[in-house]
Amino acid sequence: MNGDDRIHLSYQVEGGDLTRAGEASSGVKQTLRKLGIDPGTIRRVSVCMYEGEINMVIHANGGLAMVDVGLDDITITLTDYGPGIPDIDKAMQAGWSTAADSVRDLGFGAGMGLPNMKKYSDEMKIKSIVGVGTTVTMVVKIPS
Amino acid sequence: MTLNEVRDVLNAEVLTGEELLDAEVHSACGSDLMSDVLAYVHNQSLLLTGLVSPQVVRTAEMMDMCCVIFVRGKRPDASILQLAQDRGLAVLATDKRMYQACGLLYTAGLNE
Ligand SMILES: Nc1ncnc2c1ncn2[C@@H]1O[C@H](COP(=O)(O)OP(=O)(O)O)[C@@H](O)[C@H]1O
Ligand SMILES: [Mg+2]
Repeated sequence: MNGDDRIHLSYQVEGGDLTRAGEASSGVKQTLRKLGIDPGTIRRVSVCMYEGEINMVIHANGGLAMVDVGLDDITITLTDYGPGIPDIDKAMQAGWSTAADSVRDLGFGAGMGLPNMKKYSDEMKIKSIVGVGTTVTMVVKIPS
Repeated sequence: MTLNEVRDVLNAEVLTGEELLDAEVHSACGSDLMSDVLAYVHNQSLLLTGLVSPQVVRTAEMMDMCCVIFVRGKRPDASILQLAQDRGLAVLATDKRMYQACGLLYTAGLNE
């Protein structure tokens, strides 16, 4: 990578199939390793992206994950056309969840996804319109 | 301690990753809730769980762990084992319950 070159990755995340959730995150992780990004940064990106990917699968019937890798930061943009989030402040609270029991059987649905994403990213923005969809943007800085 | 020693302490069966058992491990995490595991980025190398789901392997992968241990006699299906193999993770299974398995490993020196 040099100068202002950024690397763009994108993944279609399928809804419905809960067992396959995480494939995009796994692909991103492997690519970041090949790019030589430091392991600590990769792990933070992994947690952010994986929780976000799970959310797209369980709450929004899938979506598009885009990861943009620069020299100083990695930006993750998750876009879906699901139901949207009526009250973002409430959704951000640890423990708040509308997930079904079938999701709990996978080890998720405890209302910790968005708080985890917030904790491990340096910046996080949620744009959501009920009935239209949700876009979550997270920036993870790469330590110099 | 090594994964070989972990296996001995738990009297565990190796379901995949026999060749990985020389790896050194320093700390572990026990939970059935994957968001809990993801909440603490601490360099743990082992995940003990009673939850059988591909997301267990994914979570371990995301956290750079090298081994998943299914407790209380749980056995993952072939697709879960295949995923672990693809991602370079060892999988063990023990009949011990979570509390006991964690206690045994902690006492044996896995306590960072
Ligand atoms: N992409 C999304 N589309 C619609 N709703 C969402 C989305 N992401 C999160 N939510 C809502 O926010 C709540 C909290 O999300 P999160 O903290 O990840 O917890 P969990 O996924 O365990 O329910 C969810 O239960 C859901 O109601
Ligand atoms: Mg979630």
